[in-house]
Amino acid sequence: MSETTQSGPMLSADGVPLKTSLARALRRQKIRALLLISPLLAFVVITFIIPIASMLFRSVENQIVSNTLPQTVAMIADVSADEATTDEMLFRVLYLDMYRAVEAKAHTRLGSRLNYEKSGISSLFRTSGRKLEDMGEDFEDFFKDADSGMVKGPFWHELMQGDGGEDLLDERLGLLTDLTSLEASDDLGFTLSGEAAALLPWASRAYADWALFTAVVDEDDVSKKKPWAGVYAALALDLADPATQSAVAAYGGSGAAELQAAVANIADMPATGFRAYFEDIDDKWVSGETWALLKVFGSQYTSGYFLNAVDMKLTPDGIEQRPDNERLYLKLFNRTLIMSMVITVSCILLGYPVAWLLANLPMRSANVLMILVLLPFWTSLLVRTSAWKVLLQQQGVINDILVWLGFVADDSRLIMMNNSTGTIIAMTHILLPFMILPLYSVMKTIPPTYLRAAKSLGATNWTAFWRVYFPQSVPGIGAGSILVFILAIGYYITPEIVGGTDGVFISNRIAYHISSSLNWGLAAALGTILLAVVMLLYWLYDRIVGIDNVKLGG
Amino acid sequence: MNLTKALLATSALVITSGSAFAESMTLVSWGGAYQASQTKAYSDPYTAANPDITIIWDESSAEAVAKLRAMNEAGNITWDLVDVEGADSIRLCDEGLAMEIDHDSMLAAAPDGTSASDDFGDSIVSDCFIPQIVFSTTVGYRLDMVGDTPPTSICALFDTDTYPGKRALNKRPLANVEWALLCDGVPKDEIYDVLATSEGQDRALAKLDTIKDDVIWWSAAAETPQLLADGEIVMGSTYNGRLFAAIAEQNQPIGMLWDAQMLDFDGWIVPAGLPEDRLARVMDFLNFATDTQRLADQAAYISYGPARASSAPLVGNHADLGIPMAPHMPTDPANATNVFVTQYEFWADYRDDIDAKFQAWLAN
Repeated sequence: MSETTQSGPMLSADGVPLKTSLARALRRQKIRALLLISPLLAFVVITFIIPIASMLFRSVENQIVSNTLPQTVAMIADVSADEATTDEMLFRVLYLDMYRAVEAKAHTRLGSRLNYEKSGISSLFRTSGRKLEDMGEDFEDFFKDADSGMVKGPFWHELMQGDGGEDLLDERLGLLTDLTSLEASDDLGFTLSGEAAALLPWASRAYADWALFTAVVDEDDVSKKKPWAGVYAALALDLADPATQSAVAAYGGSGAAELQAAVANIADMPATGFRAYFEDIDDKWVSGETWALLKVFGSQYTSGYFLNAVDMKLTPDGIEQRPDNERLYLKLFNRTLIMSMVITVSCILLGYPVAWLLANLPMRSANVLMILVLLPFWTSLLVRTSAWKVLLQQQGVINDILVWLGFVADDSRLIMMNNSTGTIIAMTHILLPFMILPLYSVMKTIPPTYLRAAKSLGATNWTAFWRVYFPQSVPGIGAGSILVFILAIGYYITPEIVGGTDGVFISNRIAYHISSSLNWGLAAALGTILLAVVMLLYWLYDRIVGIDNVKLGG
Repeated sequence: MNLTKALLATSALVITSGSAFAESMTLVSWGGAYQASQTKAYSDPYTAANPDITIIWDESSAEAVAKLRAMNEAGNITWDLVDVEGADSIRLCDEGLAMEIDHDSMLAAAPDGTSASDDFGDSIVSDCFIPQIVFSTTVGYRLDMVGDTPPTSICALFDTDTYPGKRALNKRPLANVEWALLCDGVPKDEIYDVLATSEGQDRALAKLDTIKDDVIWWSAAAETPQLLADGEIVMGSTYNGRLFAAIAEQNQPIGMLWDAQMLDFDGWIVPAGLPEDRLARVMDFLNFATDTQRLADQAAYISYGPARASSAPLVGNHADLGIPMAPHMPTDPANATNVFVTQYEFWADYRDDIDAKFQAWLAN
């Protein structure tokens, strides 16, 4: 027995090494504990962590640009914005991208997104979307005159249906599913002919876009429907090319007669200048600024929102500080932190004596006092804030009393709200219970005998309080301060109502961007920064005071 | 035994409420007197004629844009019809959160056969918008604080010598910047061209800067009538219906100014992506609730003008006070001698930019 213990690891009764056996027992315990908390854990993760994380993720997410105009964005990555304005090929790609986006009603969403960066983009996309079809319709008329069969579904279906164009079709399908986030079924009821794709490269892309949209989004039968007007513009683009004209002459597949008829009338075909066409819609399309914007914000992820949140901006020349008259957020962050600290300190000053009274009065009067502390706590936040309005305004109760008492002249009534004073007063009052309650529960545990002992040993009242009582109540101050500070930093209703202009917090801007401007990216960036600041302060607090010294109760 | 009973009762409740839900419709509006006017003019007569349909009101219009986006992302749209301002309807339409409307085929024509789109005219500010009312942002003043010369021009806002005292203005740039430029000498038809430039925006803010210390900024339109009633301000901007209520219904010593009133539209949007049965129910209600008579009826409860041209002659008396409502409509010819019509396209483009500057200016 003693030999085995000396030569090998210690074994338990069943011969397994003791270490393993212990680990197994502990693991079982851990799993049991984990299982016990798993409902709560799942609840917290699902209802709290995931939503917050996904909201914060919006502060960098920017896929809308590359999903809406995928091939355009890919093309301009390699050229300068000025080169882009004269690149006919780019405008052709833009036409196809935009057409798909307009049909999916995604172009205005992109317009709103880019309008956050530059005013006027929103209407550029909205009006362009409305006019995009017109160009196609001009060509449709031309083809109708050339051969009326060309503006019917069967002509297109026979021309484009076939094998060999799978790669192109897959590529176009990818663009569509990125845009609409719809899943395509395996059977689209349509395949693309490789021959047509080689003969008419633009038309086959446009047709594929239409056919996929019809099959995936509208869930219609491709063979029966007439394609978008944009497909005619793309066909015109192909037929305008002399090489394609001669290829069409040699072409003998389905639809050959119609195509040849169109080529025969090619002199009557409207011009196929896509750049000129976009310039005609709005000359912003041929301005370097627009393309520079698309270049800068074309990436999948952007730092733009975070830069906005710290009063900077992303420009083609790099990161720039915003001009003086547009800087707002750093000032608001600063103000939020400073005012929250002021509110926390006033809560300590006001709450400490009240908590002391609560802890030391006889039970009966302490209960009454407790109800007085809790009563406002149970009243609606809006009611309390509005009540402060009645008290603080210039024709309000406090000013009336001061004027009546003769302390203040009637024409120089005090301005106590619609500024930071109002915010501090109202928020101190609203957050006071969060300071008093933890203080009270800590003070309740300090035995009054300590104070008596200090005094009987010769301490003055002040020394007894300061050297004996106060240090023991510090954990309560810590807990109350953290509660009040963290609540204050996220407040926005009270500052909105009584804060005027210099009493509003960063949360008011976050609320504005969430509910009014719909710039959730910026709101998320502001929120992320606020969260980071709070965590940083919490960490500092832990380093300086120690989080173990915080007590919420006995 | 008791448990079984309770379970049975609960499941019965679930079943009945489930079937009730199938016949109900959730309408979203602004609450208060405005929603009450909609209830009386639209939904009460509708449910009287269709007793199997229950209408549930949700007072969430102020957060409608954000909530609709959240619902859309969650794929669970619980609203059937939402009352929003014209500007928000553009935003919702752009974001694909509201359904596009074919006004002529979906809405009732005027009694004389004019098509709905012609009858509504310019009030159809976006493809998704079904207008109900014309309202305006305008200025009210304390009769006892302006002396013998009550203001007649919007520029009284900027005239602190003649009219000393605080003013209340909206905490958003809309209307404020237009009035500032107008009173800074910009001709009315050039205001939006000027406002589209950075210099023009600075100019508007510079004009507002002259009264910045005298302004209380409101974020809810109800604040101005309250501030006026308390004598806290000498004048302030708010919606004309709020001023009418303070003057005519509450007899406050308040006068109102129609000069340079900022006309705006409010109406319905249908959330995008409603299932067919709910959509059919909503369209049936909409067809009823936005016809000529119903829009005219609403004006008996609140002083906002009906959005249909054909409704104007039908506007009658106030339901409780019995006074004729037509002279209190922003569109009444006597009131509409000098009006701004909100430039929606302009604001859709410049709202973010001008608001950022405006807020930065406010914070400084």
